[in-house]
Amino acid sequence: MTTATEALGAARALGARFAGNVDGPLLSIALVILAVGLATLFSASTGFPGRVTSQAVNIAVALTVMWVVAQIPPQTLMRFAVPVYLAGVLLLVGVALFGEVVNGARRWLHVGVVRFQPSEIMKIAMPLALAWFFQRREGITTWREWLAAAVMLAVPVALIAKQPDLGTALLVTAAGFYVIFLAGLSWKVMLALAVAAGAAMPLLWSMLHDYQRRRVLTLLDPTSDPLGAGYHIIQSTIAVGSGGLTGKGWLEGTQTHLEFIPERTTDFIFAVFSEEFGLAGNATLLLLYLALIGRGIAIAANAPTLFARLLAGAIVLTFFTYAFVNMGMVSGILPVVGVPLPLVSYGGTALVTLFTGIGILMSIQKHRKLVQT
Amino acid sequence: MRLAAAPAADVRLPAWRARVLVALFAAALAVLLGRAAYLQGMKHEFLQAKGESRYSRVIEIPANRGRILDRNGEALAVSTPVKSIWAIPDEVRLDGAQAEALAKLLGVPARELRKRLEDTERDFVYLKRQVAPEVADRVAELRIPGVFQSREYRRYYPGGEVMAHVLGFTGVDEVGQEGIELAFQGELAGRPGSRRVIKDRMGRIVEDVESIRAAQEGRDVVLALDSRIQHLAFQHLRDAVAQHRARAGGIVVLDAATGELLALANLPTYNPNNRAQLAGAQLRNRAVTDAFEPGSTLKPFTVALALDTGRVRPDSTIQTAPGSLTIGPATIRDAHPAGALTVRQVIQKSSNVGSAKIALGMPAETMWALFDDLGFGAPPRTGFPGEASGKLRPAKTWRPVEQATMSYGHGISVSLVQLARAYTVFARDGELVPVSLVRLASPPPARRVLSSGTAREVRAMLEMAVQPGGTAPRAQIMGYRVAGKTGTAHKQENGGYAPNKYISSFVGFAPVSHPRLVIAVMLDEPSAGEYYGGAVAAPVFSQVMAGALRLLGVPPDAPMTPIELPAPGAEVKESV
Repeated sequence: MTTATEALGAARALGARFAGNVDGPLLSIALVILAVGLATLFSASTGFPGRVTSQAVNIAVALTVMWVVAQIPPQTLMRFAVPVYLAGVLLLVGVALFGEVVNGARRWLHVGVVRFQPSEIMKIAMPLALAWFFQRREGITTWREWLAAAVMLAVPVALIAKQPDLGTALLVTAAGFYVIFLAGLSWKVMLALAVAAGAAMPLLWSMLHDYQRRRVLTLLDPTSDPLGAGYHIIQSTIAVGSGGLTGKGWLEGTQTHLEFIPERTTDFIFAVFSEEFGLAGNATLLLLYLALIGRGIAIAANAPTLFARLLAGAIVLTFFTYAFVNMGMVSGILPVVGVPLPLVSYGGTALVTLFTGIGILMSIQKHRKLVQT
Repeated sequence: MRLAAAPAADVRLPAWRARVLVALFAAALAVLLGRAAYLQGMKHEFLQAKGESRYSRVIEIPANRGRILDRNGEALAVSTPVKSIWAIPDEVRLDGAQAEALAKLLGVPARELRKRLEDTERDFVYLKRQVAPEVADRVAELRIPGVFQSREYRRYYPGGEVMAHVLGFTGVDEVGQEGIELAFQGELAGRPGSRRVIKDRMGRIVEDVESIRAAQEGRDVVLALDSRIQHLAFQHLRDAVAQHRARAGGIVVLDAATGELLALANLPTYNPNNRAQLAGAQLRNRAVTDAFEPGSTLKPFTVALALDTGRVRPDSTIQTAPGSLTIGPATIRDAHPAGALTVRQVIQKSSNVGSAKIALGMPAETMWALFDDLGFGAPPRTGFPGEASGKLRPAKTWRPVEQATMSYGHGISVSLVQLARAYTVFARDGELVPVSLVRLASPPPARRVLSSGTAREVRAMLEMAVQPGGTAPRAQIMGYRVAGKTGTAHKQENGGYAPNKYISSFVGFAPVSHPRLVIAVMLDEPSAGEYYGGAVAAPVFSQVMAGALRLLGVPPDAPMTPIELPAPGAEVKESV
């Protein structure tokens, strides 16, 4: 008896030790979404052999990253904030100078054998740095702080937008803006910003590249260019719509399997999901995302420090933004920007970034009491 | 540590900010769900239909083209399977060796091939159509990405040049362009069927859903043509054209009882299986599409009309001396002035003056009515494309000299088919039958043009014309009684008559006791010395008629004694 109890206790201790700071609810929800994603990917990957296995490897790597990040206390993260941000900015400058041009955009940097997009780092580094900044100011927010924050946000965003990678630039802006918003930016300033942004629209429009303008225009009327830029939107709305209320069933999506959906394993995987699982599936997936975000908000609300709260809040909102932008794009209410569906789309980089964020949330959750001492 | 010192109370989120966030989430959720509900609930059917239209395709199932058979069931035109090689230029990847091999296999210059493949704007280019299956297999072995094959049919004509003009040919898409192929396009082509299939984005057929309409195969067309007689007719015509160095020639063989076209050949001809180099002259189905001034072969009709209307009797005499007749400013001449001739002799000796005198004793309207009854001046409606009507001016416009010359076949034109058909009147006791290209189960209704008595009288005269003392003794056949008439006419050129260019013809039928076949032969510009119809065209008639009668097993109606030919130099020359 005693040996059994002891063994169980030991196993539990081992389990706890192994689990480390991993947050049960957050991980469970993430795993369910990952499972849905893999199932959808399996259906979508006819013609792309090996995508499912390769995504499984990506998931393993991402979960490891999450586990490691979850072990890092927020204070340590805060110490990393400035170096990571500066390194990110430097890398972006490096891209601008030595980057590799792929499909007309200079986004990639070769480091040894690894090729990566430094803009991806900014998705985490930006909220990290801004949260650090407001923590340093201890909640004191005069116009000087806002201006400094704005500059911190603007420099990397400008570099990314110049690549050009408008989608990532917008997402990084969003991530930074969420921190500023949560830090208590005045309502009036936001209103003024909104007005200024509205006024700057024509200027922005003139700065956009042709293909970017076309994407926006195509959204307004996809049929204007059904074989070109409108093709993605038309095909994906058709796929979503033909799913109906309950969908055509897993592996039964004709638009998917006849290869009519473009980018069906990556940015447009939601069309595949929608066609096969219908409105019921969409509602379920939205609920899963909502649960993930809800758990994140709870963590943010319970965070003990301004840094932790701002960071957690920004990560959650960014996650929400990804999901919303991707689904909106696939169902034809937002322009086509390269944003993958979180935890579902095929691709390692996005997964690692997302799970880094989840790891940070877990760390904040587990360390909420320690910081009180 | 600074972090620990941070006052927890300071970091509470203001309530309104939290509410804004909640509102934001709710709004986003509502928008996404609303959009999903709109697309998947309200627009579901519309979008599903649109989706289906992307992969559901109706494809055409080609109908096999029917065969063309001769009256005995021998295949004259058949469709054989071939392949067409085509490419999607953008997807083609080939190295130099492959390009060379492909060019060699297809027989297309490598430069031309490269040019077609460089046109990447196009999604589809033919590299070569109608390639033999063996060649197509070797192209497939090259395994060049972006090069594809599709199944097609190619029309093959076993008879080649022998019956090219009768059968015509089809274009590359198997649509009839000439001859029977064009005339019977509707029957031969059938109706393509269609199937609904599912295609993926690359256009590959993934699933066969349903048959919408079965392909209706093209029907076989059974011609009246007898390919044995056709070969016979073609060979003898070809020999005569070569022997007399004629520019062109034509022959028509009709079944006297039914009007069925048993053979029709023209020279020059072409090989319908290899139409790489074709000149317009080779393509012309002269016997049908070209009208010519027939000359003396029309004299029997003039005589028949005079007999039928009681103006003359066979033994009435016509004074043809002094061998010429002046009508207004014009003078008609006979080649050999002959004094008084009976009506029979006018035909036998082919006297222009006699014929003109007989004609001038009749009203122009009566003559016109007979020519019209015989089908001159109107297309014979055989079904062949491009039929010539010939020239027959209204009687009101005839001047006397024209009426006189028309009586012996000048100032009027007919096609060889029209001429052969008109002679069925003599072959079948005064009735005219329509010409049929297809085999008939029973003889068609005939139309009476002359009384049977008149037709028999003229038949007797025409028999005299081929006997020694007539213009065409060389038309005779051992064992059969033959009747017919020669024609030798100056060719029309630049609005006048060429002095030494002739069209020589002969029209006749046999056996006289019970006519079975009518054969009309025409040679255009024989230029090897002889040019009289009796010397140039009559022998062809004799050879073809003899062979055909034997082939058909027609019992002889004359003793099997060798035919008599007049001594050289003693031949009766017709007037030209």
